[in-house]
Amino acid sequence: MDSFEKCSRMPAMAQKRVTALIILILGAALGWYLYHSQISGSKPFKLGLDLSGGTQLVYRADTNAINATDVTDSMAALRDTIERRVNLFGVSEPIVQTEHAGALAGSPEERLIVELPGITDTQKAIQLIGQTPVLEFRLLKQGASVPTELSSTTIAAAFEPAAITGKDLTSAQLEFQSSGGLTNEPVVVLHFNSEGSRMFAELTAKNINRNFGIFLDGVPISVPVIRESIPNGTAVISGSFTPDTAKELARNLNYGALPVPIELISTQTVSGTLGEKAVQDGVKAGLWGVAFVGLFMLLWYRLPGLLATLALVLYIFANLLLFKFIPVTLTAAGIAAFILSVGMAVDANVLIFERMKEELKSGKSTKEAIEDGFARAWPSIRDSNISSMITAVILFWFGTSLIKGFALVFGLGVLVSMLTAITVSRTLLMALGINAKHGFTRFLFGSGTTH
Amino acid sequence: MIIVTHRNIFFALTALVIAASLASVLMFGLKPSLDFTGGTLVQVSYDGTRPSPEALTQNLTDVGFKGFSLRESGDNGYTLRAATLSSQQRENLPAIFSYQGGTAHIDELNEVGPTIGKELRNKSYIALALVLFCILLFIAFAFRKVSKPISSWVYGLIALVTLVHDVIVPVGFFALLGHLTGAQVDTLFVTAVLTVLGFSIHDTIVVFDRVRENLRINHDHNRKEPFEETAGRSLNQTIVRSLNTSLTVVLTLLILYFVGPVSTKDFALTLLVGIVAGTYSSIALATPLLVEVALRKGKK
Repeated sequence: MDSFEKCSRMPAMAQKRVTALIILILGAALGWYLYHSQISGSKPFKLGLDLSGGTQLVYRADTNAINATDVTDSMAALRDTIERRVNLFGVSEPIVQTEHAGALAGSPEERLIVELPGITDTQKAIQLIGQTPVLEFRLLKQGASVPTELSSTTIAAAFEPAAITGKDLTSAQLEFQSSGGLTNEPVVVLHFNSEGSRMFAELTAKNINRNFGIFLDGVPISVPVIRESIPNGTAVISGSFTPDTAKELARNLNYGALPVPIELISTQTVSGTLGEKAVQDGVKAGLWGVAFVGLFMLLWYRLPGLLATLALVLYIFANLLLFKFIPVTLTAAGIAAFILSVGMAVDANVLIFERMKEELKSGKSTKEAIEDGFARAWPSIRDSNISSMITAVILFWFGTSLIKGFALVFGLGVLVSMLTAITVSRTLLMALGINAKHGFTRFLFGSGTTH
Repeated sequence: MIIVTHRNIFFALTALVIAASLASVLMFGLKPSLDFTGGTLVQVSYDGTRPSPEALTQNLTDVGFKGFSLRESGDNGYTLRAATLSSQQRENLPAIFSYQGGTAHIDELNEVGPTIGKELRNKSYIALALVLFCILLFIAFAFRKVSKPISSWVYGLIALVTLVHDVIVPVGFFALLGHLTGAQVDTLFVTAVLTVLGFSIHDTIVVFDRVRENLRINHDHNRKEPFEETAGRSLNQTIVRSLNTSLTVVLTLLILYFVGPVSTKDFALTLLVGIVAGTYSSIALATPLLVEVALRKGKK
C-alpha cells in the first residue's frame, strides 16, 4: 500500500506523460522485435514435442551393479554416449537428460530421457538409441585434414581404418604430465591388452607424424599426432586439454559401451501434423481470447478499459519475449496457461476500476478516484496473486514436462501481470491528467455510476 | 440483497448440484488415465474411410492385443488404449490399423511404464494435499484478525466449505464427461482442479473482507445494522467485480474450448466448470452461510 500513497508526491505532469510515452514506445518496440524475430526465425519460440512433433523416450538405467558413489558419473557417461549417437543420426536439437526419480516411484530409480524432435517413428527412434556403441581407431589419410563438418561421408573420406579396435583397450585414465615447463599438463593415458599393445606398437612405428583418430560411435573425440613408436602398450593423448575435458575423454573411453544397461519404460510420440494443428489452434484461440477480453474491458470500463487493453497488449508482448529468452518450452498446456492468464491478467484492472467507480460514486474527482482506486485495490490484487502463485509453484514441482510448461507460463503470467496491469495501466491513466467532476470525461470513467 | 434474503433457495440449489455431482461420481466413477495406471494410448487418423470398429477390433485381437479399448475419435480416427506394446506390435502399428482400404497415420503414441504411473499418482496426491495445506495457511493468514460478531475461524471454515464445493462440482462433471466421451483423469485434470482451488478461494476472501470492513465501519460510527443487511450490502458491493474477474477468465476458457488445441479441450472444460462453480459459491454460498451462522448464534 505504501507505494501507492506516494501518489500525493507525484512528479510533474510532463514527467508522467514522458514515462507513459516511453512505455508505449517500448511496447511498440517489443512488438516490432517479436514480429521480426518470428518472421526471420532468428529467435524462434521453443516448442515442446507435443507441438513440434517428435518422440520422447524414457529409459530406466540399471545401476545395481555400480557403486553408489559412481552412479552420478555413470549416468553422465550414459547421457554423453546416447547424446553422441543421437547427434550422429542428424536429429536437430535433441535433448538428452538424466533424472533421478525419488521414493515416489516406489523405489528410487535413475532415468534417461531422450527427446527427438521430428522423429515420429517410435520404433525407429528406439532402434537408434539401442545401437551398440563402437570405439574405433582410424588413421587420417595421407594429405587429408580433419573435416570441419562431421558426417559419416566426410569421415569416411578423410580417415582409413586402423587394425587396432576398441576391444583391445583395457582402460584409460587421466594423468598430469610436466612437459618441460613448470605446469602440469593434463593428458589421457590409454592402456592396451597384449594383443593391442603389439598392434599398437606396429601401427605407431609405421605411421609416425600421421594423425590417429579415436572415434566413439563414429565421431572423432580426439585426433592426436603419432610422435614416436610406442612399444609398451600405453599411449598418451596430449593436446589442449583442461583437467575436465581430459577427465571426460578418459571416462568416455572407459565407458565406450553404455556404462549401465538401460530399459525402455515410456514412450511418447506426436506426429508433426497434429502438433502443427495444435499450434495453429492455440494461436487462433489466443488472438480471439485477447480480442474478446479487450472488447469486454472496453465496453464495460470505457476509457480505463481501453488503457487496460493497452496494458494487456504490453503484457502479451513482455510474456512472449520472456518465452523466447528464458527460454520456455511451450506445450499445448503452456499455451492454454497463457490464454488463461490473459483472462486473469485483467483481473487486477477489474478490481482497480470497480474500486475507482466506488470512489467516484462517493463524490470524489476522477483524479482522486484513480489514486484511491489503485491504492485500495492493491491488497486484494496481492492476495489473489499469492493464491495463484502457490498453485503455480506446487504444479511446477509436481509436474511432468507437460505440467511444468503449464505452471511456468502460469506463474510468469501472474508476475508479469502485476507489473503491467498495475504499473503500466496506472501510469497511462495518470498521464491523461484528467481531473473532472462532471460531464463527458466523467462518463468515460464511470460506467454504471449515476452522475 | 436478494441472495441473502432468499438464501434458502440458493442453499437448496447448492445441495442439488452437490448431490448431482456426487451421484455422477458414484454412478460413473473416475477412470484414471494411463498417466496414472501405465499402458498405451494410440491415436490414429485415416486417409480415406476408417474401418468399422468391429473389423478393427477383430484385427487387433488377431495380432495379439488383449484387454484393449477402442473408441472412435473425431470424424475419421480411433483412440486405442491397451497394455504395453511389444516392439513388433509397435513397429507394425500403421499396418495393423490400415484396414479395409483406409490408410492409418499414427498421430500420437504414448506408452507409460508402471513405475512412472505410480510416481505420477503419488505426486498428484501430494500436490493436492500441499495445495490444500498452503491454501489453509493462506486462509488462516487472511482471517488472522479476530472480528465480531463472528469469530475469525468461522470465516475460514466457510471459505473451506466453498472450496470443497468448488472441487466436488468439477469432479462430478468430469465423471459425467468420462461417461459421455471417455475422458479420463490425467495429470491435466489434476492441474485444472489445483488451478481452480487457487483461483476460487480469492473471490470468497474478497467478499468476507468486505463484510468485516463494513462491520468495522458500522462499529466505528456506532451504527446499528442487522448482520443480514451488512452482509447483503457487502455482497452487493463486491458482486460486480467477482462476476467480472471470473467473466474475463470464462471468456478465455470458452474460446480455448471452442477454438483451442484438441489436447486441452477437456482441460478447458474442467477449468470452466470449476471457475463457474467457484464464482457461484463465493456469491451464493459463502455469504448466505455466514448470515445463517450469525443468525443461529444470535438466537442462542
